[in-house]
Amino acid sequence: MADIQASGQDSVYLKATKEAVFAGLIAFGLFFLVVGFRTDQNINNELVLVQRWGLLAIFVAVAAIGRFIFAAFITPSRERAKLAKSKVSAAARADRRSLKATVSRFGLALLFIYPFLVILILALINFAATGQWAFQSGVQGSLKYVDNFGIQILIYVMLAWGLNIVVGLAGLLDLGYVAFYAVGAYSYALLSTHFGLSFWLLLPMAGIFAAMWGIVLGFPVLRLRGDYLAIVTLAFGEIIRLVLINWTVVTKGTFGVSGIAKATLFGIPFTTGPTGFAATFGLPNSGVYYKIFLYYLILFLALLTAWVTIRLRRMPIGRAWEALREDEIACRSLGINTTTTKLTAFATGAMFGGFAGSFFAARQGFVSPESFVFLESAIILAIVVLGGMGSLIGIAIAAAVMIGGTELLRELEFLKLIFGNDFTPELYRMLLFGLAMIVVMVWKPRGFVGNREPSAFLHERKMISSEFTKEGHG
Amino acid sequence: MVSEVRNNPNAVLRVEHLSMKFGGLVAINDLNFEAKRGDITALIGPNGAGKTTVFNCITGFYKPTEGMLTMTRDNGETYLLERMSDFVITKKAKVARTFQNIRLFSGLTVLENLLVAQHNPLMLSSGYTILGLLGFPTYKKAAADAIEKARFWLEKINLVDRADDPAGDLPYGAQRRLEIARAMCTDPELLCLDEPAAGLNARESAELNQLLLNIRKETGTSIILIEHDMSVVMEISDHVIVLEYGTKISDGTPETVKNDPKVIAAYLGVEDEEVVELIEHAAATGSDDITAAVDLLSTEAIHEIEVTHAEPSAAPLISTPATKAAKAAPAKPATAKAPAKAKTVAKPVDPAIKAGATSNALAAPRGGKPDSLIVIKGIGPVNERKLNEHGIFHFDQIAAWKKADVIAAEAYLAFDGRIAREDWIGQAKKLAKESQIKPAAKKTGGAK
Ligand SMILES: Nc1ncnc2c1ncn2[C@@H]1O[C@H](COP(=O)(O)OP(=O)(O)OP(=O)(O)O)[C@@H](O)[C@H]1O
Ligand SMILES: [Mg+2]
Repeated sequence: MADIQASGQDSVYLKATKEAVFAGLIAFGLFFLVVGFRTDQNINNELVLVQRWGLLAIFVAVAAIGRFIFAAFITPSRERAKLAKSKVSAAARADRRSLKATVSRFGLALLFIYPFLVILILALINFAATGQWAFQSGVQGSLKYVDNFGIQILIYVMLAWGLNIVVGLAGLLDLGYVAFYAVGAYSYALLSTHFGLSFWLLLPMAGIFAAMWGIVLGFPVLRLRGDYLAIVTLAFGEIIRLVLINWTVVTKGTFGVSGIAKATLFGIPFTTGPTGFAATFGLPNSGVYYKIFLYYLILFLALLTAWVTIRLRRMPIGRAWEALREDEIACRSLGINTTTTKLTAFATGAMFGGFAGSFFAARQGFVSPESFVFLESAIILAIVVLGGMGSLIGIAIAAAVMIGGTELLRELEFLKLIFGNDFTPELYRMLLFGLAMIVVMVWKPRGFVGNREPSAFLHERKMISSEFTKEGHG
Repeated sequence: MVSEVRNNPNAVLRVEHLSMKFGGLVAINDLNFEAKRGDITALIGPNGAGKTTVFNCITGFYKPTEGMLTMTRDNGETYLLERMSDFVITKKAKVARTFQNIRLFSGLTVLENLLVAQHNPLMLSSGYTILGLLGFPTYKKAAADAIEKARFWLEKINLVDRADDPAGDLPYGAQRRLEIARAMCTDPELLCLDEPAAGLNARESAELNQLLLNIRKETGTSIILIEHDMSVVMEISDHVIVLEYGTKISDGTPETVKNDPKVIAAYLGVEDEEVVELIEHAAATGSDDITAAVDLLSTEAIHEIEVTHAEPSAAPLISTPATKAAKAAPAKPATAKAPAKAKTVAKPVDPAIKAGATSNALAAPRGGKPDSLIVIKGIGPVNERKLNEHGIFHFDQIAAWKKADVIAAEAYLAFDGRIAREDWIGQAKKLAKESQIKPAAKKTGGAK
């Protein structure tokens, strides 16, 4: 028995080595001309051929070693995992569920203390470096982490959760979701600059406006399915953007709307004056408070989205959405009005897009059509697909990875050590981003969390494997 | 027939002059029948007879070309189904259905499937979601009731243990039962089942019979079912309607339908000649013997059914009669009516040519080789065979048709106006000319 296993191990390594050599050869063939040589100009403006054998060797080695690791370790371990998975007991399943509950509770707690955690850590680092305890130093440094990471990621989490209602639950492929984000942003921007209405009044209004636009879009596209629906929603998104660009009298066109009022905390403005937030609470003046306030605001909005989604899934309407995704004809045969069901999905998703939009306007203080291009829709959709359609946690992870990842890539100065000094990580950001997406989709075709949680149960709540759920046909 | 259909307060569903055309194809042709309240009505017929199309018209998935479908609910309200859209029919007129190819929500659990079916009452009790979202107790109670109702049906179909598994994970027979339970969760007064026993083994189909009888007994739901499995049809139905090529060819109790020579010919694929022979024989020996002869033939046929059904394989009866029916010459109304008429049938111009043939019919193709009539657009293999049976083998024969011939041909092809519309005569003339020069190219398919 042991003998057989040992020889089995040997053959795995042998096979992996073979595959590694093969992968190395392919990489060599592919990159020989592309990477191995480079044309350059010398001082006399002559074209010279630079040979870069070292770099080529790195490429080939990465391919070969990567293939070896994959074939020797990853594939066998995944097979073993699959085997083990097929015979997990109910107890183990229950275990995993409670683990999942702990993880999500822990994640939630982390989200709540995140800004203070960042401040504390930065202060400690500062303390270690200078030997002086200064809380304020942490406060100033935290700006980047709270704003660029925290708020940015949470905006996308919220948008993706909103889109998840349309795409993940109802199975309607919407490529123009950013239009509702734009409607929300411009509703707040215009109504607050022209009429001086407060953020707290305009926040729900922006949601309602966006929902109305969701219905307006919903009506004509209800008959369409799949690809056609996707194309029409895409067009709708572009129309909204073009209207924003060209209706210059109202929207100021490409200049955008600037000087949008900030949100207030129960009437306390975040200004430097004597009535401002810092003065009221006796704190030193800093822009960080507003950011931290915005962080909690978007955290609240995102959690509201999650809460509503979770509640709706247990309502008849949420079940009807999922049933619609599974089989529209069967839905109609059960007396479900699929028209209104689709419209409510569109409207609900759009409403959360509108909330996020008005938040965005309040955060930036400036909106222009450039923020609402198709790429945004694509990124939000990619987050939903990557996270696993319908799964809130998966989507949150996907948003953190994708948005946090692109932000991190801005900072990857150490890559210069590998690729030379003229390497600019920002330029490769999108490339790495795309590669990461491909890897995830190959590795987990149904997204990070492909399993579906049932909305009701009789005996026990069992997760439903992604092989049974459908993605919808539009 | 129509007057008999009308003025019957007992009917839960009245179908009057129902016609459904898909382009040139007449899927249902002036169908009249009624389903009595509390009855199990079976709709049978060979493949492509238009049974599913009838269901699609009843449940609003197709808008009928013509006709009236009246649903009378237990409380006396009547609904004209042809004017309502599909989901309203289930919601208001209380007609539920299942599908020939199972349509469960495979990614939802068994329980959720049954909860989705209770969408409309739950929607009301959740105050169109708003009250439910705010956590009002009315919805909580309604949701608990809905789960109880689902449990009730799960017990009936023996699936309580699997309530939390995805519906797509169930075995085929269980999926069929679940689909019926799901339809029942909409509280229907008329349940339309499209081949519920298809793909079930003998034991499962016996259980299905029990389930259906039980449903009727406990809920009083009237049932219309399409079925190829004769053991289901004969055992549980009170009333059988037989369709062939969209036309009703028989209507009555299982006993009478079983013994109807037209049904035997159409459904069991007995060759037309046999029936003609039989009727001839009956006519010759006196009318009393015809029943005996028909009985003989039908017992043979029923025996055949039982033999096929007893086979251990799960393959239902469908295949056997269907292929047979396809092979068999389509029954013409003229061939099997009363013995008195049968005489005229039995004496055609030529023994090989059928009744109602056109004037220029031939006994056999000239030179023993018929033209490939399917080259004409609008003639498919089936029609080609029918034409051949009526002595039409060559393009020039069709080319020479007069108005009366066209009418005669349309009568036996069960077409109206199609020959003129598709200009068969013009096409045939051209082809006849060509075939004089060179033999017509072979064509495998043809417009059906
Ligand atoms: N949507 C449609 N468009 C065009 N033709 C159709 C359509 N639906 C049905 N038909 C045609 O109508 C005829 C009757 O079809 P139907 O499905 O009602 O038969 P059926 O009696 O249910 O047969 P089976 O026993 O095979 O289920 C067939 O010739 C079919 O091709
Ligand atoms: Mg059918």
